[in-house]
Amino acid sequence: MSRSYVEKVGLSVINSINGLGSVSRFGSKFFYWFLKPPFRIKNLFEQFYFIGNKSLFIVCLSGSFTGMVMAYQVYFGFKLISVDSLVGPVVAITMAKELGPVLTGLIVAGRAGAAMAAQIGTMKVTEQIDALEVMGIDSFQYLAVPRIIASTICLPMLSCLFVLVGNIGSILVGTKALMIDESLYLSKLGEFMFLPDLLQGVIKAIVFGFLIGVIGTYFGFRVTKGAEGVGKGTNLAVVWGMISVLIIDYFLTSFLVRIL
Amino acid sequence: MQFDDVAISIKSLTKSFGEHTILDNLNIEIPRNKITSLLGFSGAGKSTLLKHILGLLSPTSGTVNVLGSDLADMSPIQLREFRRNFGMLFQYAALFDSLSAKGNVAFPLCEFTDMTEHKIQNKAAELLLSVGIKEVSFDKLPSELSGGMRKRVGLARGLALSPAIMLFDEPTTGLDPITTRMVNDLIVETSIKNKDRGMTSVIISHDIKATLEISDFIAFLDHGNIVEYLPVNEFVKSKNPLVLEFINL
Repeated sequence: MSRSYVEKVGLSVINSINGLGSVSRFGSKFFYWFLKPPFRIKNLFEQFYFIGNKSLFIVCLSGSFTGMVMAYQVYFGFKLISVDSLVGPVVAITMAKELGPVLTGLIVAGRAGAAMAAQIGTMKVTEQIDALEVMGIDSFQYLAVPRIIASTICLPMLSCLFVLVGNIGSILVGTKALMIDESLYLSKLGEFMFLPDLLQGVIKAIVFGFLIGVIGTYFGFRVTKGAEGVGKGTNLAVVWGMISVLIIDYFLTSFLVRIL
Repeated sequence: MQFDDVAISIKSLTKSFGEHTILDNLNIEIPRNKITSLLGFSGAGKSTLLKHILGLLSPTSGTVNVLGSDLADMSPIQLREFRRNFGMLFQYAALFDSLSAKGNVAFPLCEFTDMTEHKIQNKAAELLLSVGIKEVSFDKLPSELSGGMRKRVGLARGLALSPAIMLFDEPTTGLDPITTRMVNDLIVETSIKNKDRGMTSVIISHDIKATLEISDFIAFLDHGNIVEYLPVNEFVKSKNPLVLEFINL
């Protein structure tokens, strides 16, 4: 009984390590292919449009409500110790360093990561990827590279937008609903918010964007067994996209707080 | 069988996946400018053989020589470029579902030629008309086309770059008798139209009736080896028990 349990744990550890190695090998192909011609600009812009433009609404909506809720939560906590004037900088720093990149990462992993896996997975099971290969087109370069580039570039942009909209929401709630003096709110914001705070969020978002692109396309290429396989691949892309954002966030934070 | 003008020459080809041997010391020469069919039961190794011809799989041992070039001597990039000598009609056509019928045919022309957009559109239209697709269907997506029409578009796409070798993977599987007849006629017509430039057609199938109607030569695969390879008129008279069993199914 106990041996079987140990075997199961061991097997899952081995599978996880194998999976990690497989994703890393897949991701490293990006660095070989992304500077190799032909450069398919049209494909790239299609992905910019899908990952960036089509995520604007959900990112703005989430950002604004996160900012507004944060303002309320922080205000009632800080009021107890009479530092309610610091609501602005606390919300802004939290959004810029943490909530912006992480929540945007989770949104994009759920929306675009799933779509990447579903699109590529469907192409795999309907032999469209084989058709590309037979024509002499590298399917990784054609399908994965534009998606990874687009998510790596779009995620920091979306994250900055999330932070901006979130702060606008926070300012509105802070000054109009909670009656914090507007000039005090804004002056404290300028006093405590620095460029490295923003930079930390942008660096995180770039890393998350790359990860989401790699994981979404990886699970798409791994799809087998028809529609059931596509569903499974899509599910795995979302789950692992989100998990990797949360885990990598911890390691990035512990690294970036030391250097920035 | 030996030919003077050979398009594909495979010698002592063995392919194993772990302990499982799919192709076992297989030898075959496929003549240029003819229609050759590879017949066999499911799991006989037909698709694995096709992937070796395309250079998508490398042999465990043996050589695959296509149009005078040994595929083993080519780098992955050379191999990729070499594949432009092939056109392929997939079992379910494998059209790109985000592109229209015309977009699918124009795709290889956009990727691999320096033709202007105008010329590409004209050439794509010409190819579609040649396989019997009417202008009204040019802008339809694959999901809006019938199975037979998808096969026609797939064939037009395969022919876009004037390939030296046209491969057909189970071209009539899952089609109704009328569409099967249409696809068979199309394969023969395509072969005749491209005879001047020496196009070789290789068909992978287990549709014995269709294969007998359209092939010049038939090879029969069983357990990773060619057990019979004859001109079609001699193949029907084969005494090989496996071939007899297959023909009489």
